[in-house]
Amino acid sequence: MSDLTKLTIAEARAGLEKGDFSSRELTAAHITAMTASKPLNAYITETPEQAVEAATDSDTRRAKGEAGKLDGIPLAIKDLFCTKGVLTTAASHILDGFTPHYESTVTANLWNAGAVMLGKVNLDEFAMGSSNETSYYGNVVNPWRREGDESALVPGGSSGGSASAVASFSAMGATGTDTGGSIRQPASFTGIVGMKPTYGRCSRWGVVAFASSLDQPGPMARTVRDTAIMLEAMAGFDPKDSTSVNMPVPNFEAAMTGDIKGLKIGIPKEYRLDGMSEEIDTLWQQGIDWLKAAGAEIVDISLPHTKYALPAYYIIAPAEASSNLARYDGVRYGLRVEGKDLNEMYANTRAEGFGAEVKRRLLIGTYALSAGYYDAYYLKAQKVRARIAEDFKQAYLNVDVILTPTAPSAAFGFGEKGDDPLEMYLNDVFTVPASLAGLPGISVPAGLSTEGLPLGLQLLGKPFDEETVFRAAGVLEEAAAFTATPTDWWRG
Amino acid sequence: MSLDKATVAKVANLARIKVEEKDLEPMAAELNNILGWVEQLGEVDTADVEPMTSVAEMRLRWRADEVTDGGYVEDIVANAPSGEDGYFAVPKVIE
Repeated sequence: MSDLTKLTIAEARAGLEKGDFSSRELTAAHITAMTASKPLNAYITETPEQAVEAATDSDTRRAKGEAGKLDGIPLAIKDLFCTKGVLTTAASHILDGFTPHYESTVTANLWNAGAVMLGKVNLDEFAMGSSNETSYYGNVVNPWRREGDESALVPGGSSGGSASAVASFSAMGATGTDTGGSIRQPASFTGIVGMKPTYGRCSRWGVVAFASSLDQPGPMARTVRDTAIMLEAMAGFDPKDSTSVNMPVPNFEAAMTGDIKGLKIGIPKEYRLDGMSEEIDTLWQQGIDWLKAAGAEIVDISLPHTKYALPAYYIIAPAEASSNLARYDGVRYGLRVEGKDLNEMYANTRAEGFGAEVKRRLLIGTYALSAGYYDAYYLKAQKVRARIAEDFKQAYLNVDVILTPTAPSAAFGFGEKGDDPLEMYLNDVFTVPASLAGLPGISVPAGLSTEGLPLGLQLLGKPFDEETVFRAAGVLEEAAAFTATPTDWWRG
Repeated sequence: MSLDKATVAKVANLARIKVEEKDLEPMAAELNNILGWVEQLGEVDTADVEPMTSVAEMRLRWRADEVTDGGYVEDIVANAPSGEDGYFAVPKVIE
């Protein structure tokens, strides 16, 4: 049998339907790949026994004609989703040993559709980071390397384990979460597709909270179609999430008609940064040319407040995080470091349990919300955010989707951007504005850098118009014909 | 605005994160670096702008105020580092 791990989800679905192979066989192939991928450190917790059991159940359902939409498909789950009976860490020391007694809505939806969990994948601690260098469980390694260079590269973040697992063929797809670019930027760094849906499309219930007004789960896979299949299973109204939106979930796959004639594609001039690398600019132009050749109309647009998105984000996200992460107090779950009284126990636990980047953001957030500074920082940032959202609203009066690069560079080496947090934050310069506005966005692998590393292009849509995003992304993907894969050096 | 050592100590106390005396100064420098960069938000005219509080144009849903769920004491305390008889245990608070 050919290597089952090289199939797309759509191909595997067809193979399972035809009876070419069973979910047990498909899952076994992925368990082998997962075990072999250890040098990438993509997985925090592997659950091969449960995977085999779930695959066996899937085969039984299929034999009875009761197969769901993702039945028998092995997936990796970002370790930010609570999974019943399986260690959930958020890649933080402070959640030591936390084993939820409940299942997140998104993962429950996936299991209801028949999907199989391979394990829980690594991430930046509490999803705070853009390089997966802040995990308590160690760095995730990008399966891609520069041509003729064996040095390890970051997979991006925060969904770095998800990206690395999918790009290394040790999972067919993975869940991610995106607060400021945590699905799209790692997808770009690893040559896969990552989709952040509109805020409210996927339930946040049971997802460890970072910044509640921004956090949004989404799919990561190797093709646009695969992300469309996954999103349809993940999405849906959930009364347990107060900001979940009660709208029907469209058939996203059916939206990929391949026809974008007359579609209006906006090109925001503010995304052409000073000092942007030429290959990013060239790739962007290439994307414009591809969509134009497919019959789309290219429209120059302006999003005047773009440059203020990052500073607004770095007030809003830490402020919300400082509130959300107050729950880690050494009382209800995870780590406890004793002290002479209750307050000292809190302070000791949180000092030892949180890593440097998380502490930095909690202090910024606490300061921004503290008496006397709330108006100057948090309120001001929320007003600037309204301006940014208004920019998009105006732009969407004239265009259907917006095309931009996903990230300002290809994947970089470990420690290359470690000294100045601001330099790291700049990774998200193209993804954060749409996060603040709550818009759907997708990163599609579109080419290779001069060093042989994948680069992604980003398409942004109107609120709840993921269908048009998928339609345009499908065309972009076909035109780019990105078929490069990393050499599997990690198999040794 | 610039944070000094004393302010960092105060904020760290509010956040209930113990920061060693020797780390206060470097932490102040790091935070000032970030806050200095955030200052550029002041350039944006937000005089008549309502702060954004919701991404989708929606109001929070109302629901009837009734008990619909519960009775999971064992599940809730299962992950506690310390506790007994369905209670969380903390260091002595009242002398």
